[in-house]
Amino acid sequence: MRIGVITFPGSLDDVDAARAVRLAGAEPVALWHDDHDLEDVDAIVLPGGFSYGDYLRAGAIAARAPMMQDVVDRAHQGMPVLGICNGFQVLCEAGLLPGALTRNGHLHFRNRDQALRIERADTAWTQDYEAGQRIVVPVKNGEGRYVAAPADLDRIEGEGRVAVRYVEGNPNGSMRDIAGVTSENGRVVGLMPHPEHAVEDLTGPSTDGLGFFTSVLKAVVSA
Amino acid sequence: MTQGLSDLDTGPGPLSHQLDTVELAARTPDLEQPYGELGLKSDEYARIRDILGRRPTTAELAMYSVMWSEHCSYKSSKAHLRRFGDLPRSEALLVGIGENAGVVDVGDGYAVTFKVESHNHPSYVEPYQGAATGVGGIVRDILTMGARPIAVMDSLRFGPADAPDTARVLPGVVAGVGGYGNCLGLPNIGGELLFDACYAGNPLVNALCVGVMKHEDVRLAKAEGVGNKVVLFGARTGGDGIGGVSVLASETFDEEGPAKRPSVQVGDPFTEKLLIEACLEIFREDLVTGIQDLGGAGLSCATSELASAGTGGMHIDLDAVPLRDSTLTPAEILMSESQERMCAIVEPDKVDAFLAVCRKWGVLATVIGEVTDGDRLTVDWHGERIVDVPPRTVAHEGPVYDRPMQRPADLDDLQADDPAALPRPATPEELAAHWLAVVASPDGADKTWVTEQYDRYVRGNTVLAQPDDAGVVRIDEGTSRGIALALDGNGRYARLDPYTGAQLNLAEAYRNVAVSGARPLAVTNCLNFGSPEEPEVMWQFAEAVRGLADACRDLGLPVTGGNVSLYNQTGDVAINPTPVIGVLGVHEDVRTRVPTGWRTAGETVLLLGVTRPEFGGSAWASVVHGHLGGRPPAVDLEAERSLGELLAALGREGLVTSAHDLADGGLAQALAESALRYGTGARLTLDGDVFTALFSESAARVVVTTTDPEAVRVTAEWAGVPVTELGTTGGDVLAVDGVAELPLAELRAAWSATLPALFGTPEATVGSVPAGTVPTS
Repeated sequence: MRIGVITFPGSLDDVDAARAVRLAGAEPVALWHDDHDLEDVDAIVLPGGFSYGDYLRAGAIAARAPMMQDVVDRAHQGMPVLGICNGFQVLCEAGLLPGALTRNGHLHFRNRDQALRIERADTAWTQDYEAGQRIVVPVKNGEGRYVAAPADLDRIEGEGRVAVRYVEGNPNGSMRDIAGVTSENGRVVGLMPHPEHAVEDLTGPSTDGLGFFTSVLKAVVSA
Repeated sequence: MTQGLSDLDTGPGPLSHQLDTVELAARTPDLEQPYGELGLKSDEYARIRDILGRRPTTAELAMYSVMWSEHCSYKSSKAHLRRFGDLPRSEALLVGIGENAGVVDVGDGYAVTFKVESHNHPSYVEPYQGAATGVGGIVRDILTMGARPIAVMDSLRFGPADAPDTARVLPGVVAGVGGYGNCLGLPNIGGELLFDACYAGNPLVNALCVGVMKHEDVRLAKAEGVGNKVVLFGARTGGDGIGGVSVLASETFDEEGPAKRPSVQVGDPFTEKLLIEACLEIFREDLVTGIQDLGGAGLSCATSELASAGTGGMHIDLDAVPLRDSTLTPAEILMSESQERMCAIVEPDKVDAFLAVCRKWGVLATVIGEVTDGDRLTVDWHGERIVDVPPRTVAHEGPVYDRPMQRPADLDDLQADDPAALPRPATPEELAAHWLAVVASPDGADKTWVTEQYDRYVRGNTVLAQPDDAGVVRIDEGTSRGIALALDGNGRYARLDPYTGAQLNLAEAYRNVAVSGARPLAVTNCLNFGSPEEPEVMWQFAEAVRGLADACRDLGLPVTGGNVSLYNQTGDVAINPTPVIGVLGVHEDVRTRVPTGWRTAGETVLLLGVTRPEFGGSAWASVVHGHLGGRPPAVDLEAERSLGELLAALGREGLVTSAHDLADGGLAQALAESALRYGTGARLTLDGDVFTALFSESAARVVVTTTDPEAVRVTAEWAGVPVTELGTTGGDVLAVDGVAELPLAELRAAWSATLPALFGTPEATVGSVPAGTVPTS
């Protein structure tokens, strides 16, 4: 099982995503934004960071990187794609996920251990969780406030596209406490919190994040 | 600020519109030059004329003025800093003082480089950019050694927490440290946040960076090999930060002086992140023979230091330097402190590969010159020679002053003003009130408001971070080898006795590393003082250096490098002398690290060390009485060393479940922090005078918890460290028999409310979620 982790200029959590992939039992494959070669990977992670310094809008420039065209094409064919933090922003900018991420309501960068509820336990990246399960993983962002027009929010909710929700406090003012959403087919998931920082007891607040990376192994096998 | 320079090259006057060349300088020896405006004294200017045998050109004058500034030349401090170089050679030290940062062997072929540097003056003028570029500068110093930067820390001091100007400076500084460090992908693993009226016009912003590499990857800043190319890479050169080191960092602020904002640099962390990755790839492919970052004094510093440390000869074609602003004069280009730039010495046949790596990362790289025969640094502009100097006289042979020193006239009175005479709490209620006051004071309070703005998780190797006593980072996932770092200072102690104060600072950082279970290995320092032209400040500086050097000798620790920040004063009021000390330790296995908080009920709480009635410079005297006087706590380095060895043994054997150092606020502060960390209380009995037990700041003490007190006792006896049993963890109350029952909820409310009340509660501005819109499924 090979899972690609794309590095854009300014990606920061690519090493963390690769470690999480490894700990989940898969082989991480380092991919470079400027290439067109997805190297036969079975799934893709877009890591956190500040691609292109968040200039223009967070994720806006990375969404137009050469490799993202291939990612979009493959995602439409059903390849699992996970966007974490900046990766989530890239997926929204690339049109693979609905909504947008804007400046935190309180205008500060915020890093804390955050409780989340898994709303959808049947996506490619969350099937190792139970629906309604509470997990704790770090959240850290300056532009993580999830927004969409009210009608779109109703549609997203109605279609069950909210994958993860903030509980016990909303760290950035995201609408309806939305922490992450999924594509209609459940293959593409984006979230602001960082499951890749919660994969070892030694370094994380928990190992609750590992489930995202073990889930996809089954999703690929069953696809 | 640089009007004098611009005039000469482009403005009116006898040389209007004429480039000031070496040839012209030789022909016009009597031309008046604006050396005073550039921060040079008349005897320094005379020495430059002496060295060159003529008047300097405008560009040469610019170079000398920035390189001979206090900030770059250490001219007032050098004579004293020799004490650090005279310490016994440590086997752990791979590269010592003098390079961009010292390098320490941490075992298994790994080397660690770390350094702390000030960005005090810029952070006062422009808090966000000042602090941000402070982080950027120290990160480049670490990178320059060949290391991958792996973490940062910040030590911050501001004026009174409730002063209006603190509300201007602090949020900007914190956002700047976070904005830059977060975007670079470096976890912030700890530091300090303290307040004192003496820092009102002179906040202290000291940033530390640590990097790791293999022994064979160490790089040095020298230009060797005639014909090798000089490559400038990174950001374009602009007009920002011109004269930053000379007119900003090396002069006292004056209320009536001109605005100094143009002397502050502007940072772009995205470019720096690319620069880091490009450099690491360049190192990996062995494409450079020497490398230097451009920080204070910009190109003047990088070229002269590289040439001076190498064979001496270098030629630069200044027209090749990529500019942001085409109207810059050559002198301005040489002085600019534009950020995110590096300078490398590259063999001709490796230039193409070097440029290709830079292209891959989107980093601009330009060949601007080459290493030459001989011992002159020459610079051409539009085909004419504008600089021709011996680089050693610019970089390494600047002026050295033996400044007059005098013990402060008020020190006897200050030391005689013993806090033993202060009114003490008479009833249990008063005692509890003082306890809460210390814990909820801005210095003692929860620092989450600050640390939440820093990424502590990135790179996935952070084992401990603030609020733990030390930051602990894993450096090898296979073996779990890691490092510990602590950064500590105490201006009150140093004000009362700079010799002892500096030693106490070192002892605290040493202890903080030791409580994590690490073995302390090496020391870095950032020495923040007032104007060296004041004999009383110079005495404080000399005493602090002497104290620190003596303590390092006693503890067997080398000083790997450091930074001196002088002129921290507004008018004639200097800050408290504030040495900030960083100690690096090594963990053979970070999985045995010891955290600071209590997690589990039913564990025994033990105090290691001896408590004496010592209140001079204490948090209690300061918070409750606004008092600073007496003598700081006594230093016992033998006891510190024994305690350190004991803690390492306890950690290794897994005999303690937590350990917390006692420092500002004494046992009162340590107990509160230990309980609040994970919300586990304790029931304790304090023998003897309870007030002394709670508020004394005697050094060489640590609180530990254990499930096996007998084993800890036996080990402590072996180490010669006294042990006192205090009680047992558990419950949601911090209780001291017969004194106080502090419900943790109340304690937490007081402790965590302070900073948000002063600097704003983020939650208050978060868009709330309309009722009924959140599905409950």
